[in-house]
Order: sequence, then C-alpha cells, then structure tokens
Amino acid sequence: MPLGDILVDVQSIAKHFGEGETRVDALRSVDLQVRAGEVVALLGPSGSGKTTLLNIIGCILEPSAGKVALDGELVFDKGWLRTDLRRLRLDKIGFIFQSHNLLPFLTAEENVAVVLDLAGWQPEDNANRVHELLDYLEVGHRAKVKPALLSGGEAQRVAIARALANRPRIILADEPTAALDSVRAQLVMDLLRKLAVEQEACIITVTHDEKIFDRFDRLVNLRDGRLVNG
Amino acid sequence: MNIALKDIRHGLFRFVLTCFGLGLLMTVVLAMIGIYNGLVADALAIVKLPKADLWVVEARTKGPFAEASKIPASTRDAVLRMPGVSEAGAITFQTIETAHAGRSLRLYVIGFERGRPGGPDRIVAGRTIGASHFELVADRKSGLQVGDVVRLGRNRFSVVGLVEDAMNSGGDPAAFVTLADALELQTTLDPAAARIQAARGSEPAYKPTVAAIIARVAPGADIGLLTATVRQWKHLGALTQAEQESLLLVSVVDRARRQIGLFLGILLTVSAVVIALIIYTMTMEKLKQIATLKLIGAPDRTIIGLIVQQALILGASGWGIGLVLILLVKDAFPRRVVLEPFNVMVLAGIIAAVCLLASGLGVRAALKVDPATALGS
Ligand SMILES: Nc1ncnc2c1ncn2[C@@H]1O[C@H](COP(=O)(O)OP(=O)(O)OP(=O)(O)O)[C@@H](O)[C@H]1O
Ligand SMILES: [Mg+2]
Repeated sequence: MPLGDILVDVQSIAKHFGEGETRVDALRSVDLQVRAGEVVALLGPSGSGKTTLLNIIGCILEPSAGKVALDGELVFDKGWLRTDLRRLRLDKIGFIFQSHNLLPFLTAEENVAVVLDLAGWQPEDNANRVHELLDYLEVGHRAKVKPALLSGGEAQRVAIARALANRPRIILADEPTAALDSVRAQLVMDLLRKLAVEQEACIITVTHDEKIFDRFDRLVNLRDGRLVNG
Repeated sequence: MNIALKDIRHGLFRFVLTCFGLGLLMTVVLAMIGIYNGLVADALAIVKLPKADLWVVEARTKGPFAEASKIPASTRDAVLRMPGVSEAGAITFQTIETAHAGRSLRLYVIGFERGRPGGPDRIVAGRTIGASHFELVADRKSGLQVGDVVRLGRNRFSVVGLVEDAMNSGGDPAAFVTLADALELQTTLDPAAARIQAARGSEPAYKPTVAAIIARVAPGADIGLLTATVRQWKHLGALTQAEQESLLLVSVVDRARRQIGLFLGILLTVSAVVIALIIYTMTMEKLKQIATLKLIGAPDRTIIGLIVQQALILGASGWGIGLVLILLVKDAFPRRVVLEPFNVMVLAGIIAAVCLLASGLGVRAALKVDPATALGS
C-alpha cells in the first residue's frame, strides 16, 4: 500500500510530572511520524509512557517540550498554537477508550449522533451517517439501546462508531481490545485496519495484546519514556 | 439534540422525586408567605370593614383595637352634628366564646347600628340583618350556616347571613349583631360591673357605652380639622382611618408579623441552600460524563447549557409543584392564606437567581475538569 501524508508528527517530545523529589519523566525526547493508512501499535511495559504519548497526540495533555503537528498543522511548539483544542479534537481526532466511556443517558445511536451534532452536521446527514456506521459495525440492531444494556463488545463497537463518526483522520485507541475475547479483538482490529485504508486515516493503538500484533503495520516500543527498536 | 433533557429522562424517577421534594419545600415557603399576608390582611380587615374616614374613641387611647375604648353611645349624635360628617354610627367589639354543634366557638362580636356605618359588607349567603333583635351575620370561617341558631349570653340568635374575610387580628371570625343586642350582651356578660353600678346607686343604673363612633365625611371635608375638633372634647379622641390602620399594624400585629417574617427569611435561606446543594451534587455526579463530552470535543457552551438548563428545569418544577399544592390546600388553613401574584413571581425570581448561582458553582467545577479524567480507569 502506498503511504499517504504524514498525519501525526511529534518531535523531541518530553513530558514530566511533578518537580524535584517527586519528578517523574514519563517521556524523554520521543519522535514519531505516522502516515495516513498506517496502523501502529504502541507497546511497552506498564509505566513506560504509552498513555502519556497518546494523550499528547490527542491534545489532552500538554507536553513539557517538543513539537506536535497533526494533519500538517503545527499545534504545539512551546505552547498550544490553537485555543480551540476541543474543536481540533472534534474535527481531526477520534478516541477509543479502554473503558468505552459512552454517555449512559444516551442510546447507542445518540452517543454517536452527539459528536456529529457538535460538529454541526444537518440532522438528516447525521442520522444517515449514524446508521451507516452502526450497521457497518454490526450493532445497528442495538441502536435504540442504552449503554448499560449493551454487552462489552457491543459497547466497544458503538464507541468505535463514535470515534469514527466525524471522519477524523487520526484515531487513537488505548487498549481497545482489553475487554474483548481474542476473536472479537481480532475482528475489531481488522475493522480498524479497513477503516484506516478507506478513510485515509491513521490509527495508533496502545496494546499489550500479543494475539493481535500481526494486525499492525508497525510496532513502536516505548521503554522508560524512550522509543526503542524491536 | 438536547442532552440536558436526555439526561433528565435517563434518571427520570430520581429527578421527579427531587422536584417533588423541592416542590414540598416551596409549598412551605408559599404557605409562609400566604400566612404572613393573611395575618396583615386579617388584621386590617376589621378596620377596613366599616369604610370609615374617622374613628372617634375614648380620649388618650389607641382604641378600639390596640387599646380598650369606652365612650357613651350618645356621642354618635354629637359627632353627626359636626360639619362635614355625612354618616356616623356607634360600634362595639367583644370576643365571646360560646358552643355550637358540640364544639366551642369563638366569635368576635361586632355590634352596629342598622342603617349606619359598621355593618356587614358583601353578604355571600343569606341576607343582612333585618330585625332589631336576635339576628346574626357571621364570617364563613366560623363554620356557621344560614339558619343555624347560636346562643350568645342569655339569648339565641339565628344566623341570617354569611360574609367572608371578616375577623380580628387574632383570627376569631366576626359575628355582626345589632347594637342593641351587643349592648345587652355586654351587660349580661358583665353582671358584676352592673351590680356594682347598681349598688352605688348610679343614676341611671345603666348607661350604654360603645367602643367607638365611626364616621364618614362628605366629599371635600377637612378630616384634619374634624379630628382636631373632636380632640377638643376632653373625653374623646379621634383617629383617621390611615392612623387606625398603621396603629394596628404597628402595635397589634407587628410582633407576629416580624416573627413570621423572620421565619420566612430563614425558610428562604434554607431553601436556597437546599437548591444549591441539589444542583451542585447533580453536577458533581456528572463530572466524568462532562469530561467525556469535553474529550469528544463539546465546547463549554454545551456543558454550561447542560448544567444551567437542568438547574432551571428543577427550579421551575419545584416552584410549579409548590404553587399547585399551596393552591390546593390553602383553604384548609384555619386562618386566611393570601397569595398575591406578585409574591409568587418574586419567589420565582428568587428561585431562578438561586438556581443560576448554584449552577455557577457547578459550571466552575465542570469547566475545570480535565478531559483526560474521562480516560482514567
Ligand atoms: N498525571 C500524572 N501525574 C503524575 N505522574 C503521572 C501522571 N500520569 C502518568 N504519570 C506517570 O508517568 C509514567 C508514565 O505513565 P503512563 O500512564 O503513560 O504509562 P503507561 O505506559 O500507559 O502504563 P500502563 O501500561 O500501566 O497504562 C508513570 O510512571 C506514571 O506514574
Ligand atoms: Mg496506560
């Protein structure tokens, strides 16, 4: 597959928490580029900085140093260059959480629709997109059900639908398959791969799950806040 | 998509329960406002009833409500002869406890001269007093019905008519009788005084006294001049209608009014704190969902809207439920509960302000929450 544009470009990213005695260096000078269509796994032992890196790429955590460019736009260089980070997230980034984090008071379809609503979609396009996605993810028959009544796998697929709804080009997932059995985990990964190609998106997934390693284009290893090879 | 409403519908039972609880609290607040107004209205009812311009009372007294006042009944003719006075009537007031239908009944008996000021106004059932003896017109709150017979002193009176909203500042319902009957009641109820007078050999043994003479003046008459003239008579004093009203408010009901007023203040404060607490906890419970909303890109506007709308819906329902409940139970109160549209609107304003303030606290917490907390396990 020909590689597309660079969607994620982080340079010399460092992040530390606390100061002095309690200082923790979660990331020390990390460089990473991910292109459209790429599916990347972020590996590493617990505490190596995977979640920290993912959150920085997702603009919900401010790096201590370095530069972040998303979809060709420089968004962090010593400080945020955009004030409306939430709009940036809405337009460019889809999050898939480990605990799926659906809003409990909305039905499956509403959980997806709310993103499109916020992004300013017309109600009709919104409804079409929601049903297209839910059907595609094989949870269309559960559209009117609230999250509490969905199975773990169904909830996860609704969460994926929400992450993809506004056609973001950067999809970030923190252990998306941890709650799923291995067959489902592989199905979800296959699905994400397919979407990455179709929507010219990139996918960065934190995972410990060796069963799905073969589904990635690239494995990126973090150790003690640095990238290592192999 | 209105997420505030969706969230309410998700936890509808709990929300309705909260609204209902708040509604009950608002019922108490409205009842208190109504009781306060009722107290003032009741206190003034008796003074306003005769539609007088001038009250002629015993000298150096604040009679006949704030202090006792006794003047000869014959004063009426003297008052009537004064220039500018168009109508005048003698009037007496006394509280009598009697029994009716097996329970005790306190009546505020008003004796008036038929065809002169001081009689019952706006009869709501039956008729006004037509005979010079043994007929009675009572306030509806007394529980008496037209056709009932009550015993007052030595005589039996038949109830011929009913009025509304006539009671003294203590809440005793009024009962109108003719002045002649009232004077006889005074003597029969006070045999000791009568006997003492007889023993003294005062001549005549019985000289009728009344509480006050109420007068109406002709249009354009100078009331100030009239009161000054009356005061020149050594044994008489005079109060204008306005003086009589303010006197009653200041000296008779002032403490009760302040008591209820203070309690109302406390009640409003407690309600404000309760509302604030409910709204604040409602928001705090949603912090994780608010973080999720931020994470998926919801602007502050959406989050503020969620909190403020829910707060206002809560406040409005509480207010509405309170209003409906108080309107349902208000007439069951033994004393008058008077709710003016103005009071109800002011309460709505206070609730709205409290809701907005409380949601301000919630909004502050919500805007501070880090979207990353949505990711935390
Ligand atoms: N908000 C924070 N405050 C202080 N220290 C933090 C914070 N977040 C992360 N850390 C520290 O930074 C380091 C990296 O954390 P991170 O969550 O990125 O690890 P991880 O690779 O995702 O681990 P895991 O596999 O257990 O999820 C850890 O030592 C962690 O304790
Ligand atoms: Mg982690």
